[in-house]
Amino acid sequence: MIELWQYEFMQRALVAAVLVGLVTPVIGTFLVQRRLALLGDGIGHVALTGVALGLLTSTSPVLTAAVVSVVGAVLIELVRVRTRTSGDVALALLFYGGIAGGVLLIGLTPGASNATLTEYLFGSVSTVSEQDILVVAALAVGVVAVLAVYGRELFVLCQDEEVARAHGLPVRFLSILLAVTAALTVVIAMRIVGVLMVSALMIVPVAAAQQLSKSFRVTMVLAVAIGLVSSLGGLTTAFYSDLAPGATIVLLALTLFCLSVGVGFIRKFRPRKGLSGPEIGTMPQTERGRRVTP
Amino acid sequence: MSAQFTGAEKQHLDARPAFQAVDATVAYDGTPVLDNVSLDVPAGQTLAVLGPNGSGKSTLMRAMLGIVPLDAGEVLLHGTPLRRFRDWRRVGYVPQRLTAGGAVPATVREIVASGQVAARRRLSLPSRANRQAVTDALKAVGLEERADDSVRELSGGQQQRVLIARALAGRPDTFVMDEPMAGVDAENQQALARAITMLGEQGSTVVLVLHELGPLERVIQRAVSLDQGRIVHDGAPLRPSGECARPGHEHQHPHPDPNAPAPRDAHGEIIRLEVPGSD
Repeated sequence: MIELWQYEFMQRALVAAVLVGLVTPVIGTFLVQRRLALLGDGIGHVALTGVALGLLTSTSPVLTAAVVSVVGAVLIELVRVRTRTSGDVALALLFYGGIAGGVLLIGLTPGASNATLTEYLFGSVSTVSEQDILVVAALAVGVVAVLAVYGRELFVLCQDEEVARAHGLPVRFLSILLAVTAALTVVIAMRIVGVLMVSALMIVPVAAAQQLSKSFRVTMVLAVAIGLVSSLGGLTTAFYSDLAPGATIVLLALTLFCLSVGVGFIRKFRPRKGLSGPEIGTMPQTERGRRVTP
Repeated sequence: MSAQFTGAEKQHLDARPAFQAVDATVAYDGTPVLDNVSLDVPAGQTLAVLGPNGSGKSTLMRAMLGIVPLDAGEVLLHGTPLRRFRDWRRVGYVPQRLTAGGAVPATVREIVASGQVAARRRLSLPSRANRQAVTDALKAVGLEERADDSVRELSGGQQQRVLIARALAGRPDTFVMDEPMAGVDAENQQALARAITMLGEQGSTVVLVLHELGPLERVIQRAVSLDQGRIVHDGAPLRPSGECARPGHEHQHPHPDPNAPAPRDAHGEIIRLEVPGSD
């Protein structure tokens, strides 16, 4: 571990990894509960346009990515509400627009190349600057603050939107707030794992944690633990074995997921007295059991 | 609840209907589901809304709470138009669901405590009264021993009771319950009936969508029947008589196969109850 600290870029990378490991599973828990597990992916695509805009205008790509992905998140949320039938198609259009826009703008940037693009697509911890760390830290504080203040309302919203309305909660505001928070989280994680794998850090630790827990709170805490182990463990492994850090982190998270499924499976066949075995799903559950009578 | 109000205030509040729908119209994609429905529910009344599937019962419930926007007409909640209503802690809603859980595991207690969302301040830890209210709500539906289990481990009927406990946890005085008895077995129906009777005795307003009166028959003070989005009956509940009134009579109302052609007698449930001399 000591060698790691001798490199300044690794110090920055480790700080970024801690922030990412802490924040992404928290917001991911709400997204999984709301059955919007792919929202992070969509925002990731849009964020690439923001990155390219930053490179083209020589401003901080992390900042421009934050602005563009927040705008994208609000758009996605509005599209989701307005077009109930063709919602996923409209979202897909936005995703492709985001990634195409990114590639186009990077192509226009003097001095930028495919290597620049790859840095943001798949992450590049070695190029994380001090300014990046400051922006990422500020965003992380913002995300945690939002969840501390609105967590209870977001829980009700993600649990059952109709009940949230019946409680008089500002459903549209909360939905946009969640999408914007997710967008900022994407930007936080983007430097480490890249826009294409950003969503993995939001979703995989949660999917792993829910194999082992009965409660929302415990799921969230476990997911954060799994996220931290993945990001720090993945980064260290990548450093010593000379692997791609983003991919190593995501694969480590997936390995932990498989382990949790195994542990959950064993528990299922050894139920404690007086309890029927918990229902264990390997996938975030799809919408089920909702009867609709107009 | 009544402890919050002095006698005079309560009387003043009670003078206004809990719910007032005036020419409420809701259409989905141009098809009217609720057609000019006007309905006053006085505070403290226990009202059943009956009708065949697709008659607009659930839509009426949702419209009364602003979950579905109205295309025409107006709804007043305790005398205040919905869009200006702020006192949401007075309202408890039990949605029509088969499961109480989201995609992430949650314990029974977590779900029930979330019913206090309108009654609690931001960034506050649960007070002793908050925790007591959750415990009381769990007791009222007989689930206090399952409080720390995941809702996913519960049967359908138990999950339905979790949803009812969630509505109770905020200690509201105005309840809207959409088919609270669906999927609940006979024994638990009795337990729920007791809980709902208690609410009525405490002076709460309770509006229930029901498939049949069943064990709630004695609690219901008024029944409204809907058909094709219109009110076709409003008055004392029609009580079954003859064979249907025999104690232990088994009601069987299998839901029709949604793919089968619509039966000609779509009002079966209403007509069956209209036995001459039953009133």
